[in-house]
Amino acid sequence: MTTPPHPHGQAQDASAGPLARFLAATEIDTRLLGMAGALLLIWVGFHVYGALFNNGGAFLTPRNLWNLSVQMCSIGVMATGMVLVIVTRNIDLSVGSILGFVGMVMGLLQVEWLPPWLGLGHPAIWIITVIVGLSLGLLIGAFHGVLIAYLAIPSFIVTLGALMAWRGAAFLMANGRTISPVDATFQLLGGGPYGAIGSRGSWIIGILACLAVLWGLYAARANRRKHDFPLRPMWAEVFMGALGCGLILAAVLVVDAYPWPKGIVKAYAEAKGITIPPEGLFIPHGFAYPVLILTVVALTMTVLMTRTRFGRYVFAIGGNPEAAALSGINVRWMTVKIFALMGMLSALSAVISSARLTSATNALGQTDELYVIAAAVIGGTSLAGGVGTIYGAVLGALVMESLRTGMVLIGFDTAIQNIVVGCVLVVAVYLDIVYRKRAK
Amino acid sequence: MTHTGAPLVEMRDISIAFGGIKAVDHVTVNLYPGEVVGLLGHNGAGKSTLIKCLSGAYQADSGQIFINGQPVAINNPRDARAQNIETIYQTLALADNLNASANLFLGREIVTRHGMLDESAMEAETRKIMGRLNPNFRKFNVPVSALSGGQRQSVAIARAVYFNARILIMDEPTAALGPHETQMVAELIQELKRQGLGIFLIEHDIHNVMKLCDRASVMKNGQLVGTVNVNEVTDDDILGMIILGKKPARAA
Repeated sequence: MTTPPHPHGQAQDASAGPLARFLAATEIDTRLLGMAGALLLIWVGFHVYGALFNNGGAFLTPRNLWNLSVQMCSIGVMATGMVLVIVTRNIDLSVGSILGFVGMVMGLLQVEWLPPWLGLGHPAIWIITVIVGLSLGLLIGAFHGVLIAYLAIPSFIVTLGALMAWRGAAFLMANGRTISPVDATFQLLGGGPYGAIGSRGSWIIGILACLAVLWGLYAARANRRKHDFPLRPMWAEVFMGALGCGLILAAVLVVDAYPWPKGIVKAYAEAKGITIPPEGLFIPHGFAYPVLILTVVALTMTVLMTRTRFGRYVFAIGGNPEAAALSGINVRWMTVKIFALMGMLSALSAVISSARLTSATNALGQTDELYVIAAAVIGGTSLAGGVGTIYGAVLGALVMESLRTGMVLIGFDTAIQNIVVGCVLVVAVYLDIVYRKRAK
Repeated sequence: MTHTGAPLVEMRDISIAFGGIKAVDHVTVNLYPGEVVGLLGHNGAGKSTLIKCLSGAYQADSGQIFINGQPVAINNPRDARAQNIETIYQTLALADNLNASANLFLGREIVTRHGMLDESAMEAETRKIMGRLNPNFRKFNVPVSALSGGQRQSVAIARAVYFNARILIMDEPTAALGPHETQMVAELIQELKRQGLGIFLIEHDIHNVMKLCDRASVMKNGQLVGTVNVNEVTDDDILGMIILGKKPARAA
């Protein structure tokens, strides 16, 4: 009984290669490593292709990476919720339509319903809009959840019906009109030059994030020591800290290197009464608001899934619904909560998309459900249930969006884009199946 | 064997039907502290269905359940757990994708004062109880799908024992086990008996019944054939009850 426990099998490690030893020591998930590798391949590939055939690579530029970061947010936010849905062996095909419907209601609220009552440009308009939008999404999702959990209609059917119904409802709300422009403050939530926190804010956030990473590593180590669990070697801790901080600071450097366009700078200088020096004024964008929203959502959802009872029950239901029920988990009520959360995240994506577009159209979010599901699945969420991570889904969204923007940059048209994205999805899932078989 | 006072559990006149088929038909069984009562019968005799009424997985159509003489309502597994009734299911009822400690504490997680899961505390407790039940157990950080039948069984048993059960239901606990592990379960049952738990044991193996049980209640086609004191009958008598539905003349 005095032998210390070795859950990671030290004896096995000694015979393994240096890479395997490295991965065991740092406890990096090999799936994560694979996805990071695929992402790097896509980025470098598009950049090199552009450099060779399009007179200079345009992919790995601050401008493109900044745009990429903003464009992935809507899908990324929804993908984090889709993980919970798929882990519990359900599917939600209606997220794009919920996005469209909620976006339309929010558009009408701030353009046609609230201004006559509060006055155009009233500072409360965007707040009321967002609160109403998120609540509406929550209710729609909860309604789907009730149909699935208590009336035992398969989620595929409920959300397939909802896919058509809410899209139709979005059209009827304004008879197909485009509602524009949305409230000026609301627009900031979609990114753009003013919808970003600038250089100083980005550095502050970056440094705080680095401190959080270091504190997290320290706290985890202290906790392991407290319970006499095996510790990671010190070099592995240092490596993880350096890697985390390095990625964060690299992101800050990128968003800090992308300046406002000249026209915006001129308008801004005129409004503030600044004279522009002859060499021009360099005002960096910094992190866009949608990116911060996605970051907060992803962190919150990760804590929810890995640190709370709710998340534990989500995985338990996915692993064995019967066992979960016999353990006293209210599986039906959990299903309602999961779909309600999915609905609310779709509404949050509606905020981001309609703000970015500065208008609400009844086609907003069309086919988004496919990208969201693809992002979650590419990110390692198993359709058999029980397995999935939030960071995987966000990375999956980044992979999908990188493919999309990359192909736009090198001039592929929509038809080819669809073919490529479709094939990538199937191949990615095949590779995942091969990986899981080997892992066993 | 004579018992005084109210039984720990009495299931009185329980009936439950599925689509016109009477799975359990006016069955009464009881259980005293420190006693092992075997529930026997063919597949489909209604043993598992009866016991699921006690564990909260099913609700009886009619009949009453008494704990220490008090009538109780058990409408779901949570109610059963609140009465300190723990069940080890034939299918083990483990979430395959979670590790041992997550399964052990499923539905009753230890949380920190901020309401977050206290993983290290749960793992430490799991190491403690597993050290007692199955000292060879080492696989704390892998999903239980990677464990052997015996290891999975010890997780399921640990889950039932850890939370101070008073009433334990074991549905064929040794069905998937080798001889060594079966012996381990037998010793555990003796230990739990000494601690004063009452155990309902669903078992097919007549030798295990003769060895482990104090009384045996035999069911056939949803009805109770009878309850006998195991030390007053032979295994042939019990087999006769199971197969022919005939109660031996000499038994009480």
